Amino acid sequence: MTETAESNMGLSDNSTKNIFNPTDGAFLKVWNSMLESIAPLLLALIAGGLLLLVLGRNPVTFYGNIIKSGLLNKHGLQDTIIRMAPLLLMAAGLIVAFQASIWNIGGDGQFLLAAALTAGFGPMFMPVLPMWACFVTLFLIGMVAGALSTIVPAILKAKYEINEIISSLMMSFIGINFANLLIKGPFRSTKTLVPQTDVVPFTKLLPSIPLTRIHIGIFIALIFILVVYYVMKNTSLGLKLALLGQNPRAALHAGLNNQRLIIGAFMVSGAFMGLAGTVEILGVWGYMRADWNPNFGLPLFALVFLARLNALATIPLVGFYAVLSIGGHSAARVADLPDDFILIIVGLVLLFMALTEYIQEYRAGKSGKLLNFFRSLKGIKTNE
Amino acid sequence: MSDFLTASFLSALIFGGILTGMPLLFASIGETISQRSGVLGMGIEGIMLAGAYFGFAITLYSGHFWLGLVSSIGAGMLMALIVVLFCVRLGMDQIVVGIGVLIFGEGVTSVLQRAQFGTTYPRLEELASVKIPGLSSIPVLGSSVFTQPWIVYIGFALVGVLYWILNFTNVGLNIRAAGEKPEALDASGTSVIFTRGMAVLVAGGLAGLGGGYMSIVGAGIFVPFMTKGIGFIAIVIAMLARGKAVWVITGSFLFGISVSLTTSLQLVGVEIAQDLVNMIPFIAVLAALIIFARGNYLPAALCLPYNREAR
Amino acid sequence: MMNEQKVEDQGASRNDDSSTAMIPAVELINITKSFPGVLANDNISLSVWSGEVHCLLGENGAGKSTLMQVLSGMYQPDSGMIRVNGREVRINSPGEALELGMGMVYQHPTLVPVFSVIENLLLGSQKGITLDRQGALNRFEEYASLLGVEIDPESLVGSLALGQQQQVEIIKALWKGSSVLILDEPTSMLTPQGIEELKEVVAQLKKSGLAIIFISHKLQETLDMGDRISVLRRGKLAGSIEPAVFSSTANSEIQSMIIEMMFGEETDIAESVIKVERQTTGRSRESDLPEQPVLELKNVTVKGKLDEVGVKGASFSLRAGEVLGVAGVDGNGQRELAEAIAGQRRITAGDILLNGVVVSDVSIANRQHMGLRYITDDRLGEGICASLSVSKNMLLKRIGQRPFWNWGRTNEATIRKTAEGLVKEYDVRPPDVDIRCGGLSGGNIQKVLLARELLFDPKIAVYSKPTHGLDFKTTVIVREKIKSLAREKGVAGLLISTDLDEIFDLSDRIAVMYQGQIAGIVENQEGIEKKVGELMVGGT
Repeated sequence: MTETAESNMGLSDNSTKNIFNPTDGAFLKVWNSMLESIAPLLLALIAGGLLLLVLGRNPVTFYGNIIKSGLLNKHGLQDTIIRMAPLLLMAAGLIVAFQASIWNIGGDGQFLLAAALTAGFGPMFMPVLPMWACFVTLFLIGMVAGALSTIVPAILKAKYEINEIISSLMMSFIGINFANLLIKGPFRSTKTLVPQTDVVPFTKLLPSIPLTRIHIGIFIALIFILVVYYVMKNTSLGLKLALLGQNPRAALHAGLNNQRLIIGAFMVSGAFMGLAGTVEILGVWGYMRADWNPNFGLPLFALVFLARLNALATIPLVGFYAVLSIGGHSAARVADLPDDFILIIVGLVLLFMALTEYIQEYRAGKSGKLLNFFRSLKGIKTNE
Repeated sequence: MSDFLTASFLSALIFGGILTGMPLLFASIGETISQRSGVLGMGIEGIMLAGAYFGFAITLYSGHFWLGLVSSIGAGMLMALIVVLFCVRLGMDQIVVGIGVLIFGEGVTSVLQRAQFGTTYPRLEELASVKIPGLSSIPVLGSSVFTQPWIVYIGFALVGVLYWILNFTNVGLNIRAAGEKPEALDASGTSVIFTRGMAVLVAGGLAGLGGGYMSIVGAGIFVPFMTKGIGFIAIVIAMLARGKAVWVITGSFLFGISVSLTTSLQLVGVEIAQDLVNMIPFIAVLAALIIFARGNYLPAALCLPYNREAR
Repeated sequence: MMNEQKVEDQGASRNDDSSTAMIPAVELINITKSFPGVLANDNISLSVWSGEVHCLLGENGAGKSTLMQVLSGMYQPDSGMIRVNGREVRINSPGEALELGMGMVYQHPTLVPVFSVIENLLLGSQKGITLDRQGALNRFEEYASLLGVEIDPESLVGSLALGQQQQVEIIKALWKGSSVLILDEPTSMLTPQGIEELKEVVAQLKKSGLAIIFISHKLQETLDMGDRISVLRRGKLAGSIEPAVFSSTANSEIQSMIIEMMFGEETDIAESVIKVERQTTGRSRESDLPEQPVLELKNVTVKGKLDEVGVKGASFSLRAGEVLGVAGVDGNGQRELAEAIAGQRRITAGDILLNGVVVSDVSIANRQHMGLRYITDDRLGEGICASLSVSKNMLLKRIGQRPFWNWGRTNEATIRKTAEGLVKEYDVRPPDVDIRCGGLSGGNIQKVLLARELLFDPKIAVYSKPTHGLDFKTTVIVREKIKSLAREKGVAGLLISTDLDEIFDLSDRIAVMYQGQIAGIVENQEGIEKKVGELMVGGT
């Protein structure tokens, strides 16, 4: 009787209605979607605060420390912006995949593999190639590595209809271990005791904004975010991906080449993840140590969902998360807790987001936007 | 090379296989029940960690292994309650909620561990083995399979219980119907929500028990993130076993023995890079997916929320 | 329009062969049920008596199924009361309905296809812990002999024919000793022979004292089967015919009474209902068609997925301006055939030719360019993307093409303009191209699909069950469109339908599919009904 059909994911927002009309206006829309994003965040922070109380820590001090050292402190603010670069690139990668309802869960593996290759080849290329050529080559290596590490799940999904959740996760574990193998094997520096790669000289890292440590990676990330936003909103490719994501059978019926789209979107997603790895190594570290894994991947899910797959909306959310993770590091040290406290917040954000979506649906008597996205993913079984 | 086939080598191999395979077995049995009822337990890794931490802490403070293992089950069920509420009752996406549970479980156990024990990692005593009279004197198998803590025998017995439940009981029929065609179950007068909810709770308890086994019986300590992807392997084993109990146990111990083989080989002097060893199970799982997963292997309604009025 | 009638008086006289009970088996009193935006049942009251077939008649969307789902505990009514054997009850779940003796056979089968027949029946009879297979087998034999059906209880339900699945459904509905049997559009999936069998089963059950509710949107069927008829219209009870009236009035007079109840003053539709239902054969127009086929199939074979039969060596040709009907019981390879022609499925052997060119390896999109159109029957599943706007759906098959997209950039204005024109031309309601397509009614979605497919010079159109599930008015519009396209624009039509009336009305020739094969192709001449019916069940 009541077919719960999917939302328009902002694709048909070409309305010419009066934006000042408070019941139907764009202002209210923006306000509503901000509320949709902020409410779960606030709830998660409150619940996290309660947990801190239980553990005998003062939540006000804790959160105060986060803001102090992640946002208000000059060094912290720079670190936050630096952290945003890889996060935004990975968010762009997730958006490309999610738009087509592809669950690329293997972001960490793709990121680390690219990072390891960058850190390994960087010191080899630096002496022989001009700087710009070196950067371009390493960016390409990172992107190709990221893209190629999605190829197994991509082909399995496209050709054999094997669900990508498990396969991309397995590939992620394989990628993480393979990156370690590389660092402990061929890329291992002879100058250090701890297994790690040779170090790229500080002067040959990505250039920084004058007077700061903020490298240009943030601009690369912002440009790609804008590109993704534009492509998803205003082009036939964006519509094709959305159609594939919302109703793959309708996409096939309409004559789209689903297999090529799946493989393409998966690989582009992987390429963004890889680029993030390269940028992080070339912008911040200059080398990579074995067993290094910042675990950026899964927390980003929460941010991208909160942004309703809108690339522009990920910018403030990623900024918020960067503050949380940079500031959280020192706040946790003061409170004698592990950095993993931030994981609790991220997990709770996902759960509260689900809850607020449900409440919205209940109140409005119809499906919320994100809920529709969830539901549009249909079953996991692919061979119908 | 002759060292390979000595009785003590084989015995150590099988013993090690059981040690690694057991948590996986508990988790896979639970995951099988959950998947057959139509709920993909994506958060199982977080649930196992919760079971591992709480079981460990309770055992440490109470000194009773059984109390610790029961708390593991309790902690697992508590975490599973989130999945029941969000996915089964409210019909939210199982993958999103599952990832939420996973991350939350990882974070909360790591934080609690530090808050409780600081940077120390206290160790439990070893749980005493129970020799099965008669069987324990069989060469090789006697000292590996039949000289084990009691909880291991319970694990073996659970495989039989799983087989019996899924194939010979009304509950099992309901679970399978909930996963294949929930409308049919609903129309025949049994609540889909209840059936799935119970299945997920049981699965959570078993995953918690698996985590508890890991920290209490296997390692004797709790380390954050100690499950290292075992939960995801359980998901795949449950998928590939297609509800067949015999494949659940085969898959779990094949995995256990393959991990144990590498450590056993290191004992007799064959060196393999640890990262390569760590990779093997995931490659094996991927290969198994490619080889076996082509057919019609998942319940038709897996991951689909059921809502009677929104059909 | 006829006013709502008071349905039942205790003392009303009834058919002689009905039971003598003075209390109705079930009474629905003032039932109201609404969904967001739809008032599905508006204050409906009716009574059902033992030993009687009560037909519930109404168009698609009139609220019949909703009413019955209220009775079977699937939906909760917003207001109103239900009485069973004179006692007021609340039915909170299907389980409670079963306890009260309500056996429901749903329109969409609710059997688990990967379970055996006996496992499906066991699902409804939960006693004790373990499965009582032997007991169930014994019971099954009892019911099977009562209904006079032969089914292997150990075979998987998914492997049974639809008619047999329905028999299993009926047994399942009776399994707990039901006293009321509700059949929701039971004939929609059956062959003429299957319908005959069903009639016998219903007669048997009536004799044994059951109260039967028979839901249908076909007038003729209800006249054949019912002892009492109630008509629903737009969620309201439009009127009913008592058994006494039924037995004392001529059929033709009852027919016009019912039509008035169904359509009130909308006489144009009232006329068309006769047109839609009572089609005669004899429309062959062999002579005035061109020689050259526009679509030709040579020995086309398609492998079916899972439980599909696929297509086995189908050959036929289709000329411009011709409509070739493909008759057959659902699931005999029609969908596979349509998808193979559209390019959505690989063919494993044979050739498909469009205008004399082999297109077996040509992509879906390129076949569209060559003038091939496919109007799918799975409108929500693959026809539209429910979450996208009507305007985007109108151009779904032209994504990336000029002038709607320039170098990949969306040309919103052109898309809107084209879509608005089509919405006007096809009278899609509401006429707003910005709303979600999934929010449209079934009939309007079909209009969107037709508008989309028939845009820009179509040459060959594959219509898959084009009027299935539509109301009479839209049905007539769609059929007229198919006819005029063929006659006036020379569009060749391949009309796949399970509705024989439709096939007879529109086709020049009729091909019958059985078990994936073209069992035969006949000219649409007078008196071929019997021949087509035989071919449909594998006769020669």
